[in-house]
Amino acid sequence: MADVNRGDRPLSPHLQVYRPQLTSITSILTRLTGNALIVATLLIVWWLLAAATGPDYFATANAVVTSWFGDLVFTLSLWAIWYHYFAGLRHLIYDAGKGLEIETAEKLGIACIAGSVIMTIITLIII
Amino acid sequence: MRFLTARKRAEGLGAAHSGTEHHWYMIVSSVGLALIVPIFLFVFGRALGGSHQQVIDTFSHPAMAILTMLLLYVGLQHFRKGAQTMIEDYAGGMTRKILIIAVTVLSYGLIATGLFAVLKIAL
Repeated sequence: MADVNRGDRPLSPHLQVYRPQLTSITSILTRLTGNALIVATLLIVWWLLAAATGPDYFATANAVVTSWFGDLVFTLSLWAIWYHYFAGLRHLIYDAGKGLEIETAEKLGIACIAGSVIMTIITLIII
Repeated sequence: MRFLTARKRAEGLGAAHSGTEHHWYMIVSSVGLALIVPIFLFVFGRALGGSHQQVIDTFSHPAMAILTMLLLYVGLQHFRKGAQTMIEDYAGGMTRKILIIAVTVLSYGLIATGLFAVLKIAL
């Protein structure tokens, strides 16, 4: 009877059975931001290809990239990459076996959120 | 009593027979990306919205061309493996296989296109 449920078992994270917590939300956001960055990457590669092709094609790509849509994608992506950056550093700390006590882990979660917002604003001011 | 170490007894019994290398790659690439991403953000942010000539000048600089190519390659490999982990968590069977192949094709396609574009601008 060991094989009755083969192939229909729950997959790993079981998101639906957990009450949301700072640690879980910040972890989910890491995955979300990392994967969402593909949108900005697509735009950047297209924009670079257009720049390499010539002024006419560049004008087309640049119009899209600097439109309200482009601004929205790049502003959100800027926050996403800074968030993913800090969450990645946190991951390195976790991987080293440190910072896993609940109190420290929650502080690190707040640090990721605060750090990403602050760095997004600083980057926007500088560029 | 057999003279086997705990490691020897466990070896090869994992579900996938691999995975450590994948995790280690994410660690190594994340450290690499942590070094180059901030520089790219500021230089790219300044070039964005500039004229065609300004963009060409920015990415023609050897340092920026090398940095951008590194970022495209390492960043998209990091994406490919990260996205693969997500797919493996949420999808199974044929869907999983098709999605992993799609992510792989997309990642290498973007790497090749991006590298071609930067090289054409820089050289």
